[in-house]
Amino acid sequence: MNRSIRRIAVAFMVLFLALLANANYIQVFQASDLNDRADNKRVTLDEYARERGPIMVGGTQVAYSVKTKDDLVYLRRYRDPQLYGHLTGYYSYVLGRRGLEKAENSVLAGTDDRLFVRRIVDLITNRQPQGGSALLTINPKAQQAAYDALGNNRGAVVAIEPSTGKILAMVSKPTYDPNQLSSHNANSILKAANQLEDNSSRPMENRAAQRRYPPGSTFKLVTAAAALSGGRYNPDSKLPAPAELDLPLTTFNMKNWQNGLCGPAPQVTLTEALATSCNTAFAGLGLKVGDKALRQQAEKFGFGQEYLQDLNAATSVFPGELNPPQLAQSSIGQYDVAATPLQMAMVSAGIANGGKVMQPYVVAKVSGPDLKTLEVTEPQTLSQATSPGVARQLTQMMVNVVDHGTGAPVKIDGVSVAGKTGTAQTTPDKPPYAWFASFAPANAPQVAVAVVIEHANVGRNEISGGRLAAPVAKAVMRAVIGR
Amino acid sequence: MSDTQQTNPVQPRRRRGAELVLLVLALGVAVGAYAIVGVAVTGHVSPQIVSYALGLVLLVGIAHVVVRYRAPYADPILLPCVVLLNGLGLALIHRLDLSKVKAAQDAGESMPHVDAPAQLTWTAVGVAAFIAMLLLIRDHRWLQRATYTALFAGVALLLLPLVPGIGVRFQGAQIWVRFAGLSFQPGEVAKMLLIVFFAGYLVVKKEALALAGRRFLGIDLPRGRDLGPIVSAWMISLAILVFQRDLGTAVLFFGVFVIMLYVATERPGWLFLGGTMFVGGAWFAYIAATQLGISQFSHIANRVNAWLHPFDPANANGAYQIIQSLYGFAYGGLLGRGLGEGHPTLVPLAKSDFIAAVIGEELGLTGLMAILLLYGVIVERGLRTALVCRDQYGKLLATGIASVFAIQVFVVIGGVTKLIPLTGLTTPFLSYGGSSLVANWALVALMLRISDFARRPATVLPPAPTEDALTQVVVVRR
Repeated sequence: MNRSIRRIAVAFMVLFLALLANANYIQVFQASDLNDRADNKRVTLDEYARERGPIMVGGTQVAYSVKTKDDLVYLRRYRDPQLYGHLTGYYSYVLGRRGLEKAENSVLAGTDDRLFVRRIVDLITNRQPQGGSALLTINPKAQQAAYDALGNNRGAVVAIEPSTGKILAMVSKPTYDPNQLSSHNANSILKAANQLEDNSSRPMENRAAQRRYPPGSTFKLVTAAAALSGGRYNPDSKLPAPAELDLPLTTFNMKNWQNGLCGPAPQVTLTEALATSCNTAFAGLGLKVGDKALRQQAEKFGFGQEYLQDLNAATSVFPGELNPPQLAQSSIGQYDVAATPLQMAMVSAGIANGGKVMQPYVVAKVSGPDLKTLEVTEPQTLSQATSPGVARQLTQMMVNVVDHGTGAPVKIDGVSVAGKTGTAQTTPDKPPYAWFASFAPANAPQVAVAVVIEHANVGRNEISGGRLAAPVAKAVMRAVIGR
Repeated sequence: MSDTQQTNPVQPRRRRGAELVLLVLALGVAVGAYAIVGVAVTGHVSPQIVSYALGLVLLVGIAHVVVRYRAPYADPILLPCVVLLNGLGLALIHRLDLSKVKAAQDAGESMPHVDAPAQLTWTAVGVAAFIAMLLLIRDHRWLQRATYTALFAGVALLLLPLVPGIGVRFQGAQIWVRFAGLSFQPGEVAKMLLIVFFAGYLVVKKEALALAGRRFLGIDLPRGRDLGPIVSAWMISLAILVFQRDLGTAVLFFGVFVIMLYVATERPGWLFLGGTMFVGGAWFAYIAATQLGISQFSHIANRVNAWLHPFDPANANGAYQIIQSLYGFAYGGLLGRGLGEGHPTLVPLAKSDFIAAVIGEELGLTGLMAILLLYGVIVERGLRTALVCRDQYGKLLATGIASVFAIQVFVVIGGVTKLIPLTGLTTPFLSYGGSSLVANWALVALMLRISDFARRPATVLPPAPTEDALTQVVVVRR
């Protein structure tokens, strides 16, 4: 029998070798694939067990981690959650990550490749690895000013530093408290999430970057830029400005906002048309310039392009295949033209920056756990939207809007401000949106601001960009330039 | 010529001192692991450690003393291996208990049921069974008298869970009986009884079974009339599979029987035939479930599908366990997270079927390989005992016991590491579960009894039991 016992022993040895080989395969070769799988709770638990790095605004940690005694060791907390919730997003055991918590996760969690050496050192010294930090471009004073000035209105504010593309303020209302979604209690997270989902005013949406509105008369800046860039117009060019413009192919006539002429005469200059936000003049101008030139100009300002993916920004749209009445409507920012407040802030910022539109960004720099800088975001040019000359002309026209036109409420003593109002129709049964796009100081721009207010607690007839949105923009500009 | 008149070529050494040293080491690891998991999970050493350590030392001490006086020539390595596995199992079960208690405290719930004290009690019962076996069975050849008694008792125990009223269905398998508030798995005891039967039966019938029938493709196939035993073993396994839905036990019985048949007859034809019947049966079960829709086999098809495509959403339910187990292994990596530092509670049934995943997570590949090698040593020592044993009955018995451990370890750990489809079996000595622990301790006692006999100097060998029924002519192959 010994021969067969020996053979059985060899057979068992083969089986055990197969077990050993398979264990090696799983725990060494397959391990990283298995650890990367989305439904692997261990990795999440691990992430919670490390101290996640802060998100900073100025010298303040607006998102930070505190140690707890429960299984998920670290709890994510947000300071001024209503003010910064749309930027930070949340870090939730149940719902995952959103906002900058998602975009900057690798640095905050300490898993970024740039932190590799440090992780090795931590491993050897048996120190608990820590996450790095992200410093935002946000100016806390401007952010607070925008938040306060918006009051209880639904709407959004974006402020940009024209020369760099830094986002100085980004506020969306109504807002929400990410602390509720980042707690360690699954039931209370789900309850809060359901309430936020069911809320018809969609408080979790970052209106400043994610919602597209008809830009209304603020789009006239783009139309004017297209006209001036074409070379056939200058700020003093006379435009026909009838009380009603007979739109070709339709029985519909376009009227002006006040249902009358835009000025004393049925002809106005381009500068006057912008100052009074003359619909008939700009619709006629758009028809002359043509949809191709208009679309190209819009795209140079950033329409149709993706930017600020960190915050999941929506892409603004200038529609294609336009017939003349649609083109006329589009020239004054109606029909299917759709722009985010961020996009309109970029239009202002581009004009302020001599026609050069900068890529917007919200993370100024990221640092390792030792506060050593890992990366500083360098400003990047998105496109040259207009020539510096055209930008200068547009600036003059926008200053005129504030000094002598609809933008008067934004005047700041001792500072020259450039601006453009907008009042965008949506549907006849709904109140229009109030817009304001602006920058200051006009001669040496420090900040460009776009404001949209979508639902104000005032009567339908009292809604206008100048009256509602301009004061908000003014508050933000004053906060930045210190006047 | 009788076996007993041969001289043992190996210089007999008792080596009880070596066993004692190894036992102390094993106890050190077990108590150390118990202390570490307490510190890692709760921040302090569990207060029960003194009574736990004393209890374990006392049990192992008594076992050692009994071996020293009643089986002085027994293999010195087997008992320390078993103590190490059992002690580590206790520490891991305690570790899982602590996680459960901590979770309940965090959630403000009442104190949950803990399993480590029960496992320690079962360890005591196991050691008692071990001692009783060594004291009662002075010579393993006595068991040969009980060949057919063992068969009937074994089959009766196997069928017990099917008796209405005391049989309990749990996790899909009907392998438990509950009686007077205690539940146990009779299959675990049947395992030993059936090995006793197989050995007794085969040692008598091996000549007849070894007669070659015809040669086919270079393999000696048995004669048709000799096919009876293997076919009945096959049918019994199939019956377990169908009526108790216990894939693991079916594979174990059939595998052990085929191996013992091969060792007894030395005819590879039996292995070939057994393998063919096993593969054929498994294939039929799979086809029956997937193509013919026979629900009795659906659990087999589910296991196979979960094994082949664990991440396919269609297998989400059946594959949950194996996926969590794989995540545990991956998380452990090369060196493991450290005892008490992983998340083994995420794996369902971590205490019983999936304890290897806990080892893989907290002790890493290194720990898992160490455990596998420990089992390898147990199997190797068992087969070595079979090799040096001078009587054929003892050879078969030792081979059977070694095969039980080998197959069980391969099937369970192969299952939880996705090498083969998952089957429900316990990991010997490590898993939580009383019946399995007691039965395995008894098997080890039997193995020590055989090895004591095998390693004893020829001059002090006891005479073979003299009963006319057992008198036989034996051809000694060496």
